[in-house]
Amino acid sequence: MGRYLARRLLVAVPTLVAISFVVYGILALAPGDPLSQLALNPNIPLEVQERIRHSMGLDEPWHIRYVKWFLALLRGDMGFSYVGFSPVGDLIWQRLPNTLWVVGLAYIVGAIIGIPIGVLSAAKRYSVFDHTATTFAFIGFSLPTFFTGILLILLFSVKLHWLPFIYDTTRQVHDLDSLIFQVKQSIMPISVLGLADAAILARYVRSEMLEHLPLDYVRTARAKGLHERLVILSHVLRNSLIPVVTIMALGVPTVFAGAIVTEQIFRVNGIGELLVRSIGDSDIPVVSGILFIFAALVIVFNLIADVLYAVLDPRVRYG
Amino acid sequence: MNGPSVSWRKLLAIGAMLALTVSACTQTTTTPSPTAAAATATPKPAARGQGGELKILYWQAPTILNQNLSSGTKDFDAARLITEQLGELGPDAKPVAQLAAEVPTVENGGVSKDFTTVTWKLKPGVKWSDGSAFTADDVVFTWQYVADEKTAAFTSDYAEGVKSVVAVDPTTVKITYANPNPNYYQFGANCCGIMQKAQFKDFLGEKAKDAPGNLKPIGTGPYKVKEFKPGDVVTYEINENFRDPNKPFFKSVQLKGGGDAASAARAVFQTGDVDYAWNMQVEPAVLRALVQGGKGELLTTYAGTFERLMFNFSDPNKEVNGQRSEKSTKHPFFSDKNVRQAFAMAVDRATIAKELYGDGLTGKVTCNVINGLPAFESKNTASMDVCKFDTAKANKILDDAGWVKGADGIRSKGGVRLKVLYQTTAANPVRAKTQDIIKKGWTAIGAEVELKTVPSAVFFTPKTPDSANYFYADVQMFASGTDPDPTTFLGEWLTRQIAQKENNWGLKNYLRYSNPDYDKLIDVDLRNELDPKKRSELGIKANDILVGDAVVIPIVNRASTNDGRSKDLKGVKPNAWASSLWDVADWSK
Repeated sequence: MGRYLARRLLVAVPTLVAISFVVYGILALAPGDPLSQLALNPNIPLEVQERIRHSMGLDEPWHIRYVKWFLALLRGDMGFSYVGFSPVGDLIWQRLPNTLWVVGLAYIVGAIIGIPIGVLSAAKRYSVFDHTATTFAFIGFSLPTFFTGILLILLFSVKLHWLPFIYDTTRQVHDLDSLIFQVKQSIMPISVLGLADAAILARYVRSEMLEHLPLDYVRTARAKGLHERLVILSHVLRNSLIPVVTIMALGVPTVFAGAIVTEQIFRVNGIGELLVRSIGDSDIPVVSGILFIFAALVIVFNLIADVLYAVLDPRVRYG
Repeated sequence: MNGPSVSWRKLLAIGAMLALTVSACTQTTTTPSPTAAAATATPKPAARGQGGELKILYWQAPTILNQNLSSGTKDFDAARLITEQLGELGPDAKPVAQLAAEVPTVENGGVSKDFTTVTWKLKPGVKWSDGSAFTADDVVFTWQYVADEKTAAFTSDYAEGVKSVVAVDPTTVKITYANPNPNYYQFGANCCGIMQKAQFKDFLGEKAKDAPGNLKPIGTGPYKVKEFKPGDVVTYEINENFRDPNKPFFKSVQLKGGGDAASAARAVFQTGDVDYAWNMQVEPAVLRALVQGGKGELLTTYAGTFERLMFNFSDPNKEVNGQRSEKSTKHPFFSDKNVRQAFAMAVDRATIAKELYGDGLTGKVTCNVINGLPAFESKNTASMDVCKFDTAKANKILDDAGWVKGADGIRSKGGVRLKVLYQTTAANPVRAKTQDIIKKGWTAIGAEVELKTVPSAVFFTPKTPDSANYFYADVQMFASGTDPDPTTFLGEWLTRQIAQKENNWGLKNYLRYSNPDYDKLIDVDLRNELDPKKRSELGIKANDILVGDAVVIPIVNRASTNDGRSKDLKGVKPNAWASSLWDVADWSK
């Protein structure tokens, strides 16, 4: 196991270098220019634009810029945003709490709702509950979050005036009132994301459970006279959860990347919003920074998922 | 001489679609409501900090708070609560004193008779938010900062032609231009937020971008930064050292960024979640419905930016000296004034303004080149034939001029067919629909019209044949507008401004229009005229030549700002020529 881990971590290094190179290259070669907006402005003449370009180092070829960026990255410096000149690390760091709170909580809410529904649906296959859950699950992952988000805003903010739809990132929770406010402003984005996650998980758990239910060990358990609840929860569910846990571990990095659309709709301004705006502005240092961290997280959580798999399922052995 | 204007901020923000400049006649389009009149009335003097939190929503988020390094309106406006200029253009495009005790003019001796030196007297006793005194040295430093090429300030064009800025004494600054400058408020009122020397003196030139002050500037304005999350939100608290002891009214301000324009409109008009929302760039039909929400009011202002068609006077298909559209060539049919006139008369600007700009919601009909400056707005163009939509008459003009319709319905004369390549920027639905309406009109008078669109960044960068500067097409359409003084803008049609290969297509006369009378009018008469009334007459004369000679076909004057205000918010004076937040110290509830 130790050697296996060491080998995987070693392979990760060239993978990350390659990813960073490809990401930077694609961004640099893609059409778009961080200063493109300036070109639209008749009062910023070409000489001034060139001067600004030079001061940002944009007049150098992209492979040179990449090497500079990568060497700085090795020192832990992710560079400066082309838009506003803030350090990239600070920008990501400022937004991480918003993303973790909203997207991370939604992920947990999704699991808390999704897994029990999946279990119940499988245990009572073709019952009214199963049909209802299946219907809602299909609605849940067919409807895009930008649609459900706007729907909730129209209902709860515009019509009923119950909830705010402009997320205030400056509020800090220090007493009951501020906690209530935080819950009120988070409830819509978390529901939108959480319900979509729950729908997918519920379907996944249900089909895993159904695969296990006809197996011999389940019949044996029942034959021993175990209570049905015990059969489902400690035998079937436990075995069915092995791939689910893996899937959930693989999904953790996407929490970091944020929820692009939902963050925009509710103005949560987390990592997802930063990413999509930076792509629009051709803000290469920010996009590369986020994607690099994302790539690293994907690699790490892949490894965690593989290790978890071995831990949960004794039949799996890595040499 | 470059005479830039305040317009660049607006331009940037609204990007390709609503890129703008300018206006003087600030019009406030209001939904009829009994409270509207009361709301815009001057508020009673109130005590400082008596109001709670003022909530402002920008659907683009600020990323920097240094006005001289900011590329967009969002940044500029967010910094406006903190940073001030010597003077600032008011709603009528005339300067209003800010840090200056009064606006220098020729009459009060502040501006020299030859428009070369401008002497600004500063308000005494003004303090920075850190308690230190504001002096003329700070103004001189700001000029050095902006003018230093290595700083690469986005506002550096405003320092162009400024020979020196000198502190005569701690409260007097003298600005000297290298040449007489009719736009003598260029550095002073048109531009440049004054920076604190103490905070920025070590960040001149190449180090400019490392300055911590870019994110937390010390200013003289009504507020100071409490917390700034670039790309997300700015929270402000009162600058206790602000010179007016009764202002500002609101104890704190939150300027939230992000999202989209439609939901921002919803927040101010329908739910009342915010007090002020910037730039309601929403389709007119949708916007009109949202305004009905009843919680807010739409504030529309007009500056100089106008959408227009321009004819190519050179031949875009013939190559001479390694370039097409070479200035010595003649356009096969647009060199004939009859054809230009007929094309102008086939433009249905009323339909365009109504269908695409909501008739005054985001733009209004214009047939002038100079818009938004009451003193320079021509009243003569309205009665001109070229300004009236009349395809029957246009057809007759072409018939009389010998342009005969062929079997395919396309006119020709001497083997030259009226085949037009008409270009504008891409990915802009309003422009695309405008092209369609105009194509319909031109087809009706027997022209064959081919439409072309170019991504705006390419279109406005003189590096490829697809750019507006190369103008390898017959007609093109885009928008820009005049400065508070129209001399520079009218200069865009001078012979010496013709864009050619020799000048890397860097000059402004893309049309290759050349008219000795016009050249004399601008370069001799207008440049040397000092009397304001006569200057107005000359400006109007130039405008009438460009329109009457069918050189430019103005279509609509586009709104400069289109902000939303909560009905409870009082004291807002919409201003097309400055930041939307220019008078935030006067706002109250």
